[in-house]
Order: sequence, then structure tokens, then C-alpha cells
Amino acid sequence: MTLALDVAPVMVAYDVAHFLAGMMLVASFMLLYQDRIFAVLNTFAAQAMLLALAVAWQGYVHHHPDLFITAAMAFGLKGIVIPLALNRMVVRLGIHRDVDQAVNVASSMFLGLGLTSLALLLVLKVTPGASSFTREGLALALAVILLGFLMMITRRNAVTQIVGFMSIENGLILAATGARGMPLVVEVSVAFSVLIALFVFAVFVFRIRERFDSVEIEYLDRVRGDRRVQGDGR
Amino acid sequence: MNVSVWAIAVIPIAAGILLALIPSYRVGAIGNVLASGLTFATSLSFLAMPPVVEDYVILDSLNTFFVVLNTLVGFTTSAFSASYIGHEIETGRLTPLFVRFYHAMFQAMMAAMNIALLANNIGVMWVGLELATLITVVMVGIYRTPNALEAAWKYFILGIVGISLAFFGTILVYLAGQGVLGEGLPAMTWSKLLASAPKLDAALLNLAFIFLLVGYGTKVGLAPLHAWLPDAHAEGPTPISAVLSGLLLNVALFALLRFKMLIAAHPGALKPGPIMITIGLLSLIFAAFMLYQRRDIKRLFAYSSIEHMGLITFAFGMGGPLANFAGLLHMVMHSLTKSAIFFAVGHVAQAKGTQQLSGIRGLSVTNPGLAVGLAFGVIAISGLPPFGAFMSEFLILSSTFAREPLLALAAAFGLLVALGALLLRLQNILFGAPTGPHHKVSASSLPWMVHLSLVLVAGLYLPAAVIAWFQKAAELLG
Repeated sequence: MTLALDVAPVMVAYDVAHFLAGMMLVASFMLLYQDRIFAVLNTFAAQAMLLALAVAWQGYVHHHPDLFITAAMAFGLKGIVIPLALNRMVVRLGIHRDVDQAVNVASSMFLGLGLTSLALLLVLKVTPGASSFTREGLALALAVILLGFLMMITRRNAVTQIVGFMSIENGLILAATGARGMPLVVEVSVAFSVLIALFVFAVFVFRIRERFDSVEIEYLDRVRGDRRVQGDGR
Repeated sequence: MNVSVWAIAVIPIAAGILLALIPSYRVGAIGNVLASGLTFATSLSFLAMPPVVEDYVILDSLNTFFVVLNTLVGFTTSAFSASYIGHEIETGRLTPLFVRFYHAMFQAMMAAMNIALLANNIGVMWVGLELATLITVVMVGIYRTPNALEAAWKYFILGIVGISLAFFGTILVYLAGQGVLGEGLPAMTWSKLLASAPKLDAALLNLAFIFLLVGYGTKVGLAPLHAWLPDAHAEGPTPISAVLSGLLLNVALFALLRFKMLIAAHPGALKPGPIMITIGLLSLIFAAFMLYQRRDIKRLFAYSSIEHMGLITFAFGMGGPLANFAGLLHMVMHSLTKSAIFFAVGHVAQAKGTQQLSGIRGLSVTNPGLAVGLAFGVIAISGLPPFGAFMSEFLILSSTFAREPLLALAAAFGLLVALGALLLRLQNILFGAPTGPHHKVSASSLPWMVHLSLVLVAGLYLPAAVIAWFQKAAELLG
């Protein structure tokens, strides 16, 4: 295998991988400002499908056929099954209306930009040794993870917090597949744990609904507020 | 392939599935005790075994020690839980269906923790901790009261943040290993990473350690990230509080220690010691002051757990054979004593019908048996002689004093503040004017008696074999 022959495909492979990871980051930004639950769910599904494409592309370029399994799981579970399940849940619970934001759109966008630059600076600085494929993919993945945290903080609704959590998981899988040759075990277990976590969340949402007739996290805060007034614990 | 190493994970999983199928909660409780006992017996066989190093499994003197402690406390907690759960069913706080679920989850949680302890693959270790965390989230919310749901929700959110950061750190460690060990499994195998630690990329390791420290540190309950811990302890069933304090915090700290060994083996990487010392001291002193404001008995002891985990992290941060030895010893003493306290507290709360400290007074008049157990437990946990925690705290302080007198003074200050708070509360609980209604409980005192006698014996006399074992584990920690 000669270097000269490899250059052109490598450049293309590199561009496509970055395009897909970059699109995932764009989807993360969109998740920050969407104000309808269905729009949030659709954006999340789009992000998961982009993840599946990114993972499949990595598998194709680096000849790691096992990555196709990861890609298929991301596409099937996170791109289709989970958004549909959440969709049904939202309809059944009758909570399809606007979502409250704790922080206004402009400031959450600026915070997001700040976190993205932080991720880029941090990862690019400490990984001069790794291949540019890996390091830039990792930087984008860290940005997706941090934006997921931001979404979990700024959103006040249980369903949008689930989505925030799952977009963090998207970022983690992107990072794991970007690190070349990480054993399949890890990806399988991540997917598995996402399923369990979803189960946990679903149980919670139903219980919260059962108790408070709403899935707004603020109800929980109100409970805590009452308890403070009664003076238990703190 | 070693059968008994695998059995330690397989027994609880199989038992969990069986328990999910048994409708009677009495049979379920007995099954839970039997399965935990069997796991403990299997773990004892590790003592006679040579070290095992395989692709996925590792058994060295460090984790042998953790596994034996884990299964022992799991066993006694299941015995306590049998008498505790019976009362919860009588009062109608839990239905038999939930108890069935509870027993299955208890075993699953033990399996997840054992997997995390025995894993040689850093990915599998992460999966074990994540599973154990998610299971405890469900257990904390099992009473389905608004407070329990809020506690579980908070635990879930903070747990997810911690665990995601730890996973990112794990990926970075893999990347650091990939450069030396090549792609694939070897770069995720802890023993191989350790063997080639000096050749790994220092910058990547540094960044990875920060992520791992914050991630697993959240699970240990270290200070700025402890917010989930008191709520989770206070609102869940008491056997789960005992397991959280006595075991899960240890397992998280164990994961952190594995990575500390890795980074400490690299001469050019940052020194983990000072960071751990700072966070440890911060947790210790912060929690000691917070003890004074607590009004809920389970929250009180939850903050005491933060304090002790801080002290242990501090000891491992100091490093060296003596401080590591003292840290390990203190871990055992804390696990045994704190779970014994929660056993007593569980029955106290049932007897008094409340967890509020203002409602729990004059225990020496109303429930003398429980009062004695609680009193000995609190005396032991505050580090007074003749109990084992006195010896381990003394060792930590004296070994620190020889090297960094100022740090030793700061730690001693924190311990004294905590001692004052605990004794003050204990006095009210035992000798205040009896208040409130009083229910009869059929408390089994055996579990806490076993724990406290072990702690007492350790305080009076440590057999040479145990000392040698601890020393070997301490040496591994470097």
C-alpha cells in the first residue's frame, strides 16, 4: 500500500466523518432552543440517525465491521424506537405543549458556544500525538456531551431531560467509536445501559405523573420547598 | 478460567432471577439471605487463591480485600433486610409485589458491584458501577412518596453526570493506551495498561484522570458533588442506605484508586496525591460542620459517610505504605460500623415512626436494646477507643503528622468537629425526655452485633495474618 494512493480517499473519509460529527453538534444546538416537545423528539431522532451514519462511516473507512452493529443499534433504537415510544408517552400523558426553559434562548446559545470552544481547546491541546481523525472527532464528541449537560440543566421538563441524557449518550458513543478499535463490548454495554436507563426514566415519569398530574420537574422542586418550610433535614 | 471468580458474579445474577419468580415475600427474604451467604462463602475461597490475571478478570490482594468486605456486608445486610422488610409489609409501606422486585434488585446490585470489583477491563468496570448506580436509583424511589421520588431523581441526574464523565475519562485512558498497546482489547485491560504505564501519553492521562476523578468522585460523594448522597440515604429503605454507605461508595473509590495507581506509575504525569488530599480534606471538614444542622437521623449519618470518605480519600492521597494501610483499614472499619449504625437506625425509625431527630428521644428508656446498639455504633464511628476506627484514624493522623504536620492538624480538626456533633446528637437520642408514639418492632440484633464485635476485635487486636494481607494490598497501591 503506497501513501500517494491513500491520500485522496483519506481526505474524503476525513471530510465525511467531520461533516457527520459536525451535524451532530448542530443538532445539539437545535435541541437547546426547540420549544415544542415533538420538535425536540424529532431533532433527537435526527441526531441519533446522524450518529448511526457517523459510526457506520467509521466502520467502513477503518474496516471494522463490528461497528456496523453499533450503527444499526443506534439507528434502530435511538433513531426510531425510543423517539416513537417517547412520542406515544407524550400523547398518552397529554403533555404536548410548549416546554419551559430555565434560561432564555440567547443565553443558552452563548453558553453552548462557550462550552463548544472549551471542548475544542481542551482536547486539541492535550492530544497532539493522536491522529487528527481521532482528536477532532473527540473534540466534537466532548462538545456534544457538554451541550447535553447544558440541556439537562436548562430544561424543566422530565421528557426533555431524558432527551438531554440520551444526547449525552450519543456523544459518548461518538467518542468511543472515534477512538479506533475500542472493543465492541463497550458499545454493546453502553447501548444496554441506555435501555436500562430509559426504563428507569419511564418508570419515574409515570410515577411522577401518578403523583402530581404533571411531569414538570418544578413540581418536585415545590415539594422540596414545602419540606424546607416544614424544616426537615436542612 | 477460574470457576469461583466467575461464581461471585453468577450466583447473585441467578439468585436475582429466581427471587423475581418467587411470589412469597417470606421465602424471598430467606432466599435473599441464602444467596448472599453463598456469595460470601465463595468469596472466602479467594483468600487461599493465587492471583488471577485474565483478559476480563483480575484478582489481586487489593480487590480480594474489597470483594470479601463487599460480600460480607451484603450478607449481613440481607439478614437485617429480612426483619426490616417484614415490618414494612405489616405497616403497608411496601406491597409484596414491590418486595419481590426489591429482593431481585438487591441481588442484581450485589452482582454489579462484584463485577466492577473483579473487572480487569476498564470498560466492564464502568458498566458494573453504572448498573449498580441505576439499580440503587430505583431502590431509593421504591416508597414512591414525593420525597423519595425527588431524592431518586436528584440521584439519577447527578449519577448520570458523574458516570458520563467517568466514561469519557475511560475513553481517554484507552486512547493513551492505544498508542503503546495497539488497537483493541489490550489497551482496555487494566493490568496491561499498568505494566506499560510509563510509556503512555502523559497529557492524555492527565486529562483522563481529571474526568475520572470528577466522575467517580461524584459516586464516592466527595464534597462539591455530594448533593445526591444525603437525600438518597434518607428517603430509600434503610437496608439500601446501609449498602450505599457501606459498599457502593467503597466500590466507586476502588475504581478511582485503580486509575490513581495507573497515573502514579507514570513519572511525567500530574501527581494525583495533592488533588486527592485537597478534595478529601474539603469533604471531611465541610461534612463535619454540616453534621450540626441535621434534623433527620439518616441524613445525619449520611453526612458522616461523606466525612469518612473524605478522610479515606485524604489518606490515599498522602500515599506511602503506612497511609495506604491506614486508609484500607479505615475503609473496613467505616463499612462495618456505618452499616451497623444503619441497621440500628432502621429499627429505631420503625419503633418511633419517624426519622426526625426531634421525634427520637429517650431511646434508653423506650428501646434499651436498640439504644445500646446505636450508642456503640456512634461511639465507634466517631473514632473513640477501643473500637477499630480509633486505630485507623490514629494511624492516618500520625503517619500524616510525620510528613505534613499542618495537614494532619486540619484533618484532626475536622474529626474533632464531627465527634462533637455526633456525641451531642447521641446524648439527645439516648437520654432526652421520651417523645412521641412508640411501636413495637421485632428487631434482629444479630447483624449489628456481628459488625460491632468485628470492629471491637480489630480495635483491640489485629491478627498478624490480617496485617500481612493489608500490607500487601497497601503496597500494591504504591
